[in-house]
Amino acid sequence: MNTKATKELSAELVIVGGGPAGMAAAVAAYEEGIRDILILERDDNLGGILRQCIHNGFGLHRFGEELTGPEYAYRYEKMVRELNIPFMTDTMVTAISPERVVTAQNTEYGIFTVKAGAVILAMGCRERPKGALNIAGTRPAGIYTAGTAQKFVNMKGYMPGKEVVILGSGDIGLIMARRMTLEGAKVKAVCELMPYSGGLARNIEQCLNDFGIPLMLSHTVVEIHGKDRLEGVTIGKVDEARRPIPETFEYIPCDTLLLSCGLIPENELTKDAGIELDRITNGAVVDGDRETDIPGVFACGNVLHVHDLVDYVSEEAAIAGKAAVRFIRGEGKKDISVQVKCDGKVRYTVPQRLTEIADTRIYFRVADVYRDMKVTVRAGDTVLYQKKKQKLAPGEMETVELTRDMIDKAQGLGAPIEIGLI
Amino acid sequence: MKIRELTCIVCPRGCALKAELGEGGEVLSVSGNLCPRGKTYAIDECTNPMRVVTSTVRCESGAVVSCKTSRSIPKGMIFDVMKEINRTVACDGLKIGDVIIENVLGTGADIIATSMG
Ligand SMILES: Cc1cc2nc3c(=O)[nH]c(=O)nc-3n(C[C@H](O)[C@H](O)[C@H](O)COP(=O)(O)OP(=O)(O)OC[C@H]3O[C@@H](n4cnc5c(N)ncnc54)[C@H](O)[C@@H]3O)c2cc1C
Repeated sequence: MNTKATKELSAELVIVGGGPAGMAAAVAAYEEGIRDILILERDDNLGGILRQCIHNGFGLHRFGEELTGPEYAYRYEKMVRELNIPFMTDTMVTAISPERVVTAQNTEYGIFTVKAGAVILAMGCRERPKGALNIAGTRPAGIYTAGTAQKFVNMKGYMPGKEVVILGSGDIGLIMARRMTLEGAKVKAVCELMPYSGGLARNIEQCLNDFGIPLMLSHTVVEIHGKDRLEGVTIGKVDEARRPIPETFEYIPCDTLLLSCGLIPENELTKDAGIELDRITNGAVVDGDRETDIPGVFACGNVLHVHDLVDYVSEEAAIAGKAAVRFIRGEGKKDISVQVKCDGKVRYTVPQRLTEIADTRIYFRVADVYRDMKVTVRAGDTVLYQKKKQKLAPGEMETVELTRDMIDKAQGLGAPIEIGLI
Repeated sequence: MKIRELTCIVCPRGCALKAELGEGGEVLSVSGNLCPRGKTYAIDECTNPMRVVTSTVRCESGAVVSCKTSRSIPKGMIFDVMKEINRTVACDGLKIGDVIIENVLGTGADIIATSMG
């Protein structure tokens, strides 16, 4: 594609994606003194997925007030505009080379390249379309991912249906259960394959319980009915091996099935660039600076791992933004290499490796619901730190603070740092 | 004495709250909350549950703008407030924070825009 480029630009810092992560990274880099920044966004405006998340609950950490998604996104958009940070919308990035040449296209320039001093990947995530693939039956109209339905209802003002079943109890599914109910639809059930919900407790309370919508745990949709338009679904309970139990099958008439089966980081570009990806997060493997294994290429936000809270996205993006500036100035020092591993109960950590002896916050998720556990940091046989947790759940991201001391010790022992639960 | 178990909805932490209720349903004490907002929530929830409503409103041009109640309203009035929002056609060019409906149904809450029209 490079050969067809009609224009060759350059910028000290190129940011791919103008959602909350991209904007926060840009603002942080600006604050560190860099001006030659370029944000590339494929949508018609900055803001990312938050533009369609019209419910409230964003920004309590970051701004100390409860904002809706569009309000939160606009806070950052305003900063970007007021600081005159350059951005291009309706511009799709199609490739990134290990030499940090970014290829993009838009109607103004056609295909063009930007030679970047540093690149920050902030492409966000999209919904797993998978959920529906292995369900028996027909493929009529009326089946959407919850995010697509969210876009229809909240941005176009169009209701996809009247009688709804939702498969998957992720937060977007829960939020959409309430949203469709408020707009007059009847949400008949939210089915969750697992014995626990993947969504936040507050969303089960205010989105389902408030409206008497049943949450059917250990249940799935086993068959889809209807020729042109969805007419109904058969749902059933699953056993411990997650196999549907025929005696429990029940037919529910509905014209809409929403799938809320999790989010997956959008990493085609990252993969094509040859950047190492984490099998569990589906995002890049990074160090404490959020730098990937290609020097000068950083990643933050949902493209790195799925966050429940945009506040943490902004926090992480600021880390990447500042580190990118250090890289551009040739100050990025990488003096050590300590791996961060997990014990299985802890499913993943971000960062996955440490390259600097500095206090570092580790984000992690657990594999199951656990009660009364000790989050344990160890290096080899040495326990470096422990803290008690009453409850941990896969739906909620946890953190643990590594101090310089702990990292120094692990480095001395020549052992990886392991985060686990006992 | 009765104990009512609640999930706090004030922030994504979702604390598991316990409210101790007196004879007349009054809240004697709240535990499980990690911040003072949790206590206020538990008391409201046991006596007069309140919710912020978020939705969208259509503008004259046909554009869709997101909106919310400027403060929480009684939970029992959610659908009445939704009806008010849905029969309103807002003017074009709304900015975040602009009032679309003043003091909706006498709740003391305004319906305000949360995105740019
Ligand atoms: C459908 C959906 C609904 C969600 N709802 C909620 C919710 O209700 N509450 C919540 O807390 N979180 C929600 N999330 C999570 C939410 O995404 C994060 O809180 C936050 O928006 C992540 O910010 P981000 O900048 O990392 O990603 P995004 O907001 O997704 O932004 C990524 C941006 O990158 C752009 N982009 C991607 N690829 C390219 C490319 N190749 N070239 C140019 N631009 C590109 C996209 O257009 C987008 O604007 C939702 C996510 C999804 C997918």
